[in-house]
Amino acid sequence: MAVGAASPIPATACELLRAKGAPIRVTRLHKRAGNPFTEGSRELFDLAGQGRIDYFFLGGAQIDGEANINLVRAEGRRFPGSFGSAFMYFTCRTILFREEHSPRVLVPKVEFVSAPGWSPPEVTRRGGPVALLTAKALFAWDRERRRFRLESIHPPHSEAEVRAQTGFDYDVGNARATPAPTAEELALLRGSVAERIAPDYPEFAKRVWG
Amino acid sequence: MAARAEDLAGRVPDGALVALPPDYSLPSMALVHALIRRNARGLRLLGVPVLGLSADLLIGASCVAEVHSSAVSLGEAGLAPRFSEAAEKGSLKVVDYTCPAVHTALQATEKGVPFMPLRGVLGSDLVAGHADWQVAQNPFSSAKDPILYVAAIVPDVALFHARWADEAGNVWVGRRRELATIAHAARNTYVTVEEMRKGDMLDDELLAPGVISSVYITALAQAPRGAAPLGVADLYAIDDAHLAMYAKKARTVDGFRQYLDEFVWQGRKSSLPA
Repeated sequence: MAVGAASPIPATACELLRAKGAPIRVTRLHKRAGNPFTEGSRELFDLAGQGRIDYFFLGGAQIDGEANINLVRAEGRRFPGSFGSAFMYFTCRTILFREEHSPRVLVPKVEFVSAPGWSPPEVTRRGGPVALLTAKALFAWDRERRRFRLESIHPPHSEAEVRAQTGFDYDVGNARATPAPTAEELALLRGSVAERIAPDYPEFAKRVWG
Repeated sequence: MAARAEDLAGRVPDGALVALPPDYSLPSMALVHALIRRNARGLRLLGVPVLGLSADLLIGASCVAEVHSSAVSLGEAGLAPRFSEAAEKGSLKVVDYTCPAVHTALQATEKGVPFMPLRGVLGSDLVAGHADWQVAQNPFSSAKDPILYVAAIVPDVALFHARWADEAGNVWVGRRRELATIAHAARNTYVTVEEMRKGDMLDDELLAPGVISSVYITALAQAPRGAAPLGVADLYAIDDAHLAMYAKKARTVDGFRQYLDEFVWQGRKSSLPA
């Protein structure tokens, strides 16, 4: 699994999985010390191009119902830019994440396609969306139907609230309540995981763990 | 070697295509400051593959006409305020990239070939913004197989900072090998360094893999703490508080000017001939 720029939440999730003993290798692009690449930052993309990275994470200023993501501009505002998204989305199973869950972010159609959610059959593409996680809910991506399906809702949010705050249409299966973290997971998050994340994301660590 | 960052900045012509590393990969803030002090104009910045504080400073100081990059951001400190405002007002031409396309275009130049193919990207709106990219049929496939061709990019100038330079003119950047790619591809490479070392680092088996040979270095100058407020591994870390302070100040033109006076001009404006 690899974690790109400005991704403290995915980085934390990966470190939690590791702390729980999952046999995964986590490559964090913006680790300040011990960066794993000795051939320059292109090595991440070379790895992905060969299919050596299973999972990646992408956010978006806007994300639409076809899983297109926009990191460039929206409503007259300029955002940082597309980063590696237009490549990584094609090469890795990708978990989309965005804390803000609002009609402003989850839109019917993005204003600019940094990276498309799906491609016609003649385009070589190994990767693509698998899920979309926000502060309110988790959606799964249905590749055949090219639509999101609501999987779980984080308490105390409701299905009606998620519907009202989502600007695109989606399917609803047997959406359940997202399980709360266990006491063991919370202890790890606040302990060894926080210690590993804080040096690379000091602001985030301060906000979350104080 | 008595050259100063000032002398190197004087060799960067207005309008040049200037390749710069990201904030995490040894940017030469000494050279960025010197370019602002020499009132550079019309620079075209190339982010390899993204940009941060160095670009925002140059943009705010009116040194920049175009930005070619996969992103411009201050990381945890947030959006790059001078970049965002200039892009929103339309006073800055922005050509959006995606990271591996920048690397691929520079690798083509390293190899002396006119273009290289890259997977992915098709269906992104980035493609329409690039006359230097073409979607073509994979010539080795009998099935329909569209693929992106990325034209080589030759930067006029590459600027970065390094830990050491030696008496043979080699510089050491450790694992930051994207700097080697930039140096290989650029017509001229100007480097500031923390410290000078005796001898030739290529004679040292442990140091050699982190060296960029003097073949690629046009000129260098010593500039201790030349990457600050950004970092140099094992010497000094990124000053997060400084970046947060900059992000706040640079939200307004006045605040940005105050920052320049304090950290870039440092009272030198009056002591230098106009």
